[in-house]
Amino acid sequence: MVTMTIAKAINEGLRASLTNNPKSLLMGEDIGHLGGVYRVTDGLIKEFGDERVLDTPLAESGIVGTAIGLALRGYLPVCEIQFDGFVYPAFNQITTQLAKIHARSLGKLTVPVVIRIPYGGGIGSIEHHSESPEALFAHTAGLRIISPSNAHDAYWMIQKAIECQDPVIFFEPKRRYWLKGEVDVENAGLSEDPFKAHVVREGTDATIVAYGPLVPVALAAANAATEDGRSIEVIDLRSISPLDFDTVEASVKKTGRLIIAHEAPTFGGIGGEIAARISERAFLHLEAPVIRVGGFHMPYPVAKVEEDYLPDIDKILEALDRSLAY
Amino acid sequence: MGSTQLPPGTEDTLAATSAAAAAPGEPVEMVQLLGPDGKLGSDPVFSDYAKRIDPEKLRVFYTDMARIRRFDQEATALQRQGELALWVPLTGQEAAQIGSGHASQPQDYIFPTYREHGVALVRNVDLAELLKQFRGVSNGGWDPRENNFHLYTLVLAAQTLHAVGYAMGIQRDQKLAAATDSTDPKAAVIAYFGDGASSEGDVHESMVFAASYDAPVVFFCQNNHWAISVPTEVQTKVPLANRAKGYGFPGIRVDGNDVIAVHAVTEWALEHAREGRGPVLIEAYTYRVGAHTTADDPTKYRESAEEAAWREKDPLDRLESYLRAEGLADEAFFDQVKADGDELAKYVRSTTHGLEVPDIRDAFASVYAEQHPLIAEELAWFEEYSAGFESDEETAH
Repeated sequence: MVTMTIAKAINEGLRASLTNNPKSLLMGEDIGHLGGVYRVTDGLIKEFGDERVLDTPLAESGIVGTAIGLALRGYLPVCEIQFDGFVYPAFNQITTQLAKIHARSLGKLTVPVVIRIPYGGGIGSIEHHSESPEALFAHTAGLRIISPSNAHDAYWMIQKAIECQDPVIFFEPKRRYWLKGEVDVENAGLSEDPFKAHVVREGTDATIVAYGPLVPVALAAANAATEDGRSIEVIDLRSISPLDFDTVEASVKKTGRLIIAHEAPTFGGIGGEIAARISERAFLHLEAPVIRVGGFHMPYPVAKVEEDYLPDIDKILEALDRSLAY
Repeated sequence: MGSTQLPPGTEDTLAATSAAAAAPGEPVEMVQLLGPDGKLGSDPVFSDYAKRIDPEKLRVFYTDMARIRRFDQEATALQRQGELALWVPLTGQEAAQIGSGHASQPQDYIFPTYREHGVALVRNVDLAELLKQFRGVSNGGWDPRENNFHLYTLVLAAQTLHAVGYAMGIQRDQKLAAATDSTDPKAAVIAYFGDGASSEGDVHESMVFAASYDAPVVFFCQNNHWAISVPTEVQTKVPLANRAKGYGFPGIRVDGNDVIAVHAVTEWALEHAREGRGPVLIEAYTYRVGAHTTADDPTKYRESAEEAAWREKDPLDRLESYLRAEGLADEAFFDQVKADGDELAKYVRSTTHGLEVPDIRDAFASVYAEQHPLIAEELAWFEEYSAGFESDEETAH
């Protein structure tokens, strides 16, 4: 066991992949000599050279589009998009090209591209630096969407993403980059399905589902609820596509209540999909409607008021109260 | 134009032709070897490349141009008869496609847009497979790796970036090969796109990336003058070939209806790319004689006089004149070409009718390369749903 931050864990995971897979390479703006604006790729250009760690022109569509070509030639490119709100110039390449080439070729071609995107708010940043666009991509078949919430998962999930033959969007919870945790570099501890959801806290009265940056918030809310004598289960999804409904369903059948928390706006978000599926699968086990805690239907607000926008302990506790009142 | 970008000794001579267009807005000269009158002219650089084309090769050019035109007619007819959902005619652009396609080597990888039926023919793609997409039985149709000919891309210009990335991969492979003394032939990539697509941001980004990394890619723009109903003048203020200068690599305008010049220029460009000298932009100046697709009507947006003027520059007619005048082909040859074309049309017609409609289960199977639970779940639902109809039928009996 080694203790490290999430940022360092991703850095070490990338280092392991670059070492193990000669065809893997990193590409993005400022990822080489600067080491990335969050230093996630720090030191890698020194170790692997500028053929494996490319400082690219400033062009998101160009980064993803050329990564597709490299993947078609047998390489394993890992792209960095500097911030969530800047992924949109590449949206076309991701949704109309990357997601569909395997299907269009009836499985003859694979495009194992990984796109790393630091996402989410809570760091007091300016416009376009705090968004959570995961639902936009999860809605597109052909893509896998994952997000780690702790250092151990970050270290292993980035390596699994690079090994995966499908395109993977790897959403990094940027406000947790400096969160330290223990990493077992010997043993991933992941099941045969590396992206299975994880019950991080067991309970019997209600279930809170979260992923990425909100997992620590959900855990804190669950801990606070114990002071009121409540026993709350917390699930870290880890993967949004595929989404592990089985684990959520099993938990709901035990607790009868479900709260879903994510930073993205609730309307059309992943929470709605989970709520709908769980009502189909476990309607008679539900003691209360599924409640979503998420962002408002507005552009991500200015940093000085983001606390009012972001799901926090109090908002989750309020949702728990509403659920438990049924 | 920096001398490092050109093969030794060609810079001065190339400057005398079209490749070295002066200021961006100024008209660019056009490389032409075989004129509309069917007479062979000369060019200080490209005549040497044209000399490599022997009479047999010229007859192949003619045969392929005639075959693909005949195929185009047949596909258009099939669409009109409701056998294809849509067709994208290439008539008028045969020289641009057959000439450039024949300049490529088997190890070169081609990224077409969606009108490169002539290039597909040259790359040995079964033309019946090419029709699958237009018949609505596939979103692809052939295995791109078999002939190094990628699937058609309907989103304009997206493939130009894939081409550059692929070329960057070739570059890496070649470094690796050099380190291991491999004797694999050097490769390059051709990215096809049109004058309309040249307005897309992806073309700009692909040229920036290609220039920055000296990627072995040839951008082959078929300027056919119309993006559906919008003329080239709305896409660009300057000749498209001149844009290359702004990115820092050579741009050449070639008479796209002159198969000899197209072949010569493309061969030069591919050699340039394979030798590690970086990208080249070729603007093949041509004309789409028919509609953009079978869904539009050119009489609504352009003058028939314009079409007539371009018909005077027909790529097949001028090569036929040349072959006849030089005694390189006789009547029997042209009769044979016509018979071959009719045979191809017959083949295409019969195979189109026979193209199998896939089972939707095939679509479930290829969304992801690895197991995805949602796909398995939805397929299981579909199987159960379908089975319900089967048991209904049994009950009915």
